[in-house]
Amino acid sequence: MSDILLRMENITKEFPGVKALENVNFEVKKGEIHALIGENGAGKSTLMKVLSGIHPHGSYSGNIVYEDNVCEFKDVNDSEDKGIIIVHQELALIPELSIAENIFLGNERGSKGVVNWRETIKETRELMERVGLVKNPQDLIKDIGVGHQQLVEIAKALSKRVKLLILDEPTAALNEEESENLLNLLLEFKKQGMTSIMISHKLKELFKVSDSITVIRDGQTISSYNLHEDDVNEELIIRDMVGRSLSNMYPDRPKFEGDEIKFEVKDWNVHSPQNADWKVIDNASFNVKKGEIVGIAGLMGAGRTELAMSIFGQSYGKNISGEAFIDGQAVNLKDVDKAIKNGIAYVSEDRKEYGLILMYSVRRNLMLADLSRISKRGIINSRIETREAEKLRESMNIKTPSIEQETMNLSGGNQQKVVLGKWMFTEPEILILDEPTRGIDVGAKSEIYKIINELAEMGKSIIMISSELPELLGMCDRIYTLCEGHITGEHLKENTNQEKLMVDMTHVEA
Amino acid sequence: MTKIKQVLNDNIRKFGMIIALVGIMILFEILTSGILLTPLNITNIIMQNSYVIVLAIGMMLVIITGEIDLSVGSVAAFIGAIAGVLLVTHDLPVYVAILLCLLIGAGIGAWQGLWIAYFNIPSFIVTLAGMLIFRGLTLVVLNGRTLAPFPDSFRSLSSSFLPDWFNGSNLNIIAIVLGIVFTIAFIFVEINNRRTDLKYGYTTSSFPAFIAKLVVLSIVINIFTYTLSKYAGIPYVLIILLILVLGYSFVMNRMVVGRRIYAVGGNESAAQLSGIKTKKVKFWTFVNMGVLAALAGLIFAGRLNAATPQAGNLFELDAIAAAVIGGASFTGGVGTIFGAVIGALVMGVLNNGMSLMGIGIDWQQAIKGLVLLGAVAFDVMNKNK
Repeated sequence: MSDILLRMENITKEFPGVKALENVNFEVKKGEIHALIGENGAGKSTLMKVLSGIHPHGSYSGNIVYEDNVCEFKDVNDSEDKGIIIVHQELALIPELSIAENIFLGNERGSKGVVNWRETIKETRELMERVGLVKNPQDLIKDIGVGHQQLVEIAKALSKRVKLLILDEPTAALNEEESENLLNLLLEFKKQGMTSIMISHKLKELFKVSDSITVIRDGQTISSYNLHEDDVNEELIIRDMVGRSLSNMYPDRPKFEGDEIKFEVKDWNVHSPQNADWKVIDNASFNVKKGEIVGIAGLMGAGRTELAMSIFGQSYGKNISGEAFIDGQAVNLKDVDKAIKNGIAYVSEDRKEYGLILMYSVRRNLMLADLSRISKRGIINSRIETREAEKLRESMNIKTPSIEQETMNLSGGNQQKVVLGKWMFTEPEILILDEPTRGIDVGAKSEIYKIINELAEMGKSIIMISSELPELLGMCDRIYTLCEGHITGEHLKENTNQEKLMVDMTHVEA
Repeated sequence: MTKIKQVLNDNIRKFGMIIALVGIMILFEILTSGILLTPLNITNIIMQNSYVIVLAIGMMLVIITGEIDLSVGSVAAFIGAIAGVLLVTHDLPVYVAILLCLLIGAGIGAWQGLWIAYFNIPSFIVTLAGMLIFRGLTLVVLNGRTLAPFPDSFRSLSSSFLPDWFNGSNLNIIAIVLGIVFTIAFIFVEINNRRTDLKYGYTTSSFPAFIAKLVVLSIVINIFTYTLSKYAGIPYVLIILLILVLGYSFVMNRMVVGRRIYAVGGNESAAQLSGIKTKKVKFWTFVNMGVLAALAGLIFAGRLNAATPQAGNLFELDAIAAAVIGGASFTGGVGTIFGAVIGALVMGVLNNGMSLMGIGIDWQQAIKGLVLLGAVAFDVMNKNK
């Protein structure tokens, strides 16, 4: 037996009209953590789908050599039998079932169709211990946080006697602490001899844990590095990913000098819609000046999205109290319509769920938030509509064959530009951007940063929520920290760093 | 070659239901040795299916928002019963009675819309309850008996024809004239649209294709009105249908309201966060459905010339089937008014053709069920390709 666990040779996979993969070669050594990286749409997920049999043998050309045997997987069960397990980016857990039920779903412990619950619970406990999950096996998935859900997915993989664990963007939805735990877990597994493939956009993480990196671009293998032997740095990887050098991700921004307060929130309180006694936001006050980019930093569960959505037309929460001022005037933001009319826009963190109607065209999505601008007496002027949509496509640099294309066919980055374009069409003065670059590739990220910066230069006020501190430090003039619903600090860009922010993000002063 | 294939493929998806309808019509024309397309029978098909088309239009809107209405058959029966009481028992003027009935329909829609939109009770449950409530109230109102006959002016709504002012002996001239007028109006609108499109620089179809479309549709319209003229001319109910179809198509395609209805069905959360009042949209969709169900109830009662407790039985299923065959999706967001009409006609021609052939009601039901399943299965498989 060689020390190569998996070799994918000359994999070519075509979809009608597109070559998704072209002669891709990919090699994974036994016992290593191998990072697979590339822009969205580069072909990473397709490659993993070929490997796991979701794209069955015969639908692609090339060979998969696993444990020195040529494998022809017909479906996911085939690859799982060999110990190849994928944990998908969108978690495949059933919210209404318990941790134990989810872990052994389709793989139930028992005989003759009767489940042995004692055995199930016992094994679940063992698996949970291995992944460091401290919960009751009978807790429902919907009641535990997304970080814990990820651990359940991994425990589920372990229950199937995994030899090769594939993680597709495992930390995309996790905060820094949870990410850290997950990465440590991977290192722990490595010590036990497990091999993993990790797909991620977060270069820092990849450098921290992986032994090798393979870069894919436009369906082809661009490079493969051994991190212990080769001299590699982030810049080199980014260049391989985008085919050009990105010396600085964030646009240059001169020191902010403005002092005209555009938008101010005072003594904002929000209660949980599920539990009226629980204050999700507690007496929060903050402001943003004209032309300023203000960041809100907080760990997952700190109440960032809740704060934003409660301000935006009370889209979240109950018993909301507090005051909001625009240009010093108190404003009523009781529903979304009023918020929009007052010049506020909210770009949600979840563009698929809250931002776009995926089955509709780019044009329809772009126009959605302000139909009054393209209509007279309730009748839409389709010519003006097309003209305006074309304008937005150009100014936002949305890459699509046509504005009639369904948004579900666009890449993540371009979908995000459609969401931004939709809000630009309402001509807002205040933009709340909730995780504006989540799950999009490096190239598109830098484009989004550029757009945000231009908006600020035009005099718009921007509130940016992000769980990536470097992003906030790179983009914002001023950063508020949020912890357990309290605003715990206010930092000027030039006087702060990740460590200082983290201190405030984890401490509530009594 | 691949391009031709592509064009063909696109069109099969776009015109699939029309092709199916034409296919079914040709099939029954052959099986009934030419009875299906006689002037008398075509007139019959329109009159028999008028209330299903009315319901299908409302149902399409409801399904587009991602909801369902199981109560329309019972509501239609209830309104028929009210009309019976107002007109037969109390001799109210016809216009007053019709207006009252439509208002009651709106009220019923508002009642159901309230529970669905503002109290978040699934529409399946609310309208299932409505199905029982209004069937029961129909029996209460009618005391279990049948009320008849209706005054003539009420019956004309569903069974009379436009009078022929030209006194054609064998041919109804007004029908032919209206066909020509409609054709001219249609050509005028099309040319006007094309001209503005070109002015704004939008690529439209090629000139020969444009002419071909005009010619084909003009011929179809005029053959249709000519055929009607050979029997009794244009039924009033056809005019009502035409107004509804054109009106609702305009609302759904060209108006802000229509765009909002689609958005609510496409992604409710995204629509809400874009400033659309999703609850209000849903509420009014049900009010609209209530009014159309009332209209269907009136047409049906007029056609039967009686208010009976059994009226409107299984209408909801005909309406849902029509919408689904016409391309609606239960996940919401998809469907057109035109599709609903085609779907209703597919079911209608099937009913009529099988009856002409002397196939019993037992087999008719079974065959209709299979067609419904087949049509949707074909559509789903076509989309997955």
